[in-house]
Amino acid sequence: MTGIILKKELHMLFVSPLAWILLTIIQVILTWTFLGRLDVFLEIQPQLLQIANPPGFTEIVITPVFALAAIVLLMITPLLSMRLLAEERRNHTLTLLISAPLSLADIVLGKFFSVMVFFGMVIVLLSTLSATLALGGTLDWGVLFSNVLGLLFVAASFSALGLYLSSLTSQPVIAALGTMGILLALWVIDLAAGNTNAWLRDLSLLRHFERFNQGVIDTFSVVYFILFIATFLILTIRHLDAERLHG
Amino acid sequence: MTEEAVNLTLSVENLSHRYSAFTGVNSINFEMRRGEVLGLLGPNGAGKSTTMRMLTGNLAPSTGSVLICGVDLLKNPDTAKIHLGYLPEIPPLYQNMSVDEYLRLAATLHRVASHCLESAVIETRHHCGLDGRGRQIIGTLSKGFQQRVGIAQAIVHNPDVIILDEPTSGLDPNQIREVRHLIGALATHSSVIFSTHILSEVENVCDRVLIMHQGDIVFDRKMGDIHQQQIHLDAIFTDLTQKHENPEEQRQ
Repeated sequence: MTGIILKKELHMLFVSPLAWILLTIIQVILTWTFLGRLDVFLEIQPQLLQIANPPGFTEIVITPVFALAAIVLLMITPLLSMRLLAEERRNHTLTLLISAPLSLADIVLGKFFSVMVFFGMVIVLLSTLSATLALGGTLDWGVLFSNVLGLLFVAASFSALGLYLSSLTSQPVIAALGTMGILLALWVIDLAAGNTNAWLRDLSLLRHFERFNQGVIDTFSVVYFILFIATFLILTIRHLDAERLHG
Repeated sequence: MTEEAVNLTLSVENLSHRYSAFTGVNSINFEMRRGEVLGLLGPNGAGKSTTMRMLTGNLAPSTGSVLICGVDLLKNPDTAKIHLGYLPEIPPLYQNMSVDEYLRLAATLHRVASHCLESAVIETRHHCGLDGRGRQIIGTLSKGFQQRVGIAQAIVHNPDVIILDEPTSGLDPNQIREVRHLIGALATHSSVIFSTHILSEVENVCDRVLIMHQGDIVFDRKMGDIHQQQIHLDAIFTDLTQKHENPEEQRQ
């Protein structure tokens, strides 16, 4: 039954111009940066040859482009996630879904996966772009893979949080602002981490993404992302259920 | 006796809901049979909508149980809800979908098999007077047509119990008459509950009248008995729903 909600959400997303505009903007920004980094690489290539064990274009092109992609996804998540539940509530259409023979988990997961399909498309486009580098040299496929995985994890974390905030209100704008604020705070929280409160660093989404970005798939980070996603999805289901209980 | 059990579509026992500040519905009981049309009357705030929301799983009751075609709504919501069609007070319409897309979605959500989907949509559209509107975007329809789409959404899967919350509000007299006809036609194979403020509507369409006041059922009669005993619905409504109001005011 999750599939029905997923299909409906994708239909609603892609009949509106929003999804296409966002896809275009993201693709333009990322391709622009990609070409810029490629230029830099070609410029410094002669100097690189003189170093023993020089960094290849995976480090110089792919790593920074994926780091930027993570920020771009952070920025557009609120735009996609705000309407998921807040708009259904505002238009009174949530009743249709709740009166249907569906569980709340079906509704929440269907909506979550719809955003993930969108992000999946962004990531596929970006990976294809990166893979074209293999035409001109040797690409470190391992680093590319860990970047793709890392980007999927951060995108899923963003969406889960956005979905939860969208379930709290009937004002999409409030959901968007809340999501943006919390995501930015979680992104940069490691700046606040000193010697005494080093645990703050472990809360930072950026910190965990950086590991993947450098080509390290750390179990700790994987667990962090999975817990983060599961927590917010469960909170969303619990919140909708509580609403049903108390009216 | 067994036939009676088969025909029983809805049975509500000791159903109540307490909001944090007050009791919305206070331990109500009633049963419905196939082919019955029940008019739910009551002043605003009497608990009509709360009752309907509980019958459709949108609100969890504080106590009591709801059986729909013998399936417990609280224990097996997924099975029970297949037999339910619900039109809330504000129709749950996706403004940027076309009528057909919306009805197809409503039908799939209620597990209409994919090979019957198209025929179900076409049939429902015809019943609700939406012929030729299939491709129109819901947001561009007039209020009356939107209300019809709302009703269509509630009946597209041929449910055994149809619950309509003020289906005629905001419609013009012609449309109200059409909705009445539709309710009559639906009653041949289902049970229909609808709430309204228009007393004459109840007299024309219903087999049975239920009046709620302050969360209690204060009146429950068959239409036949009402005619036989020459009870004036108007008078009894005023009598039942106003006499309790004074102590309420004193309490406040």
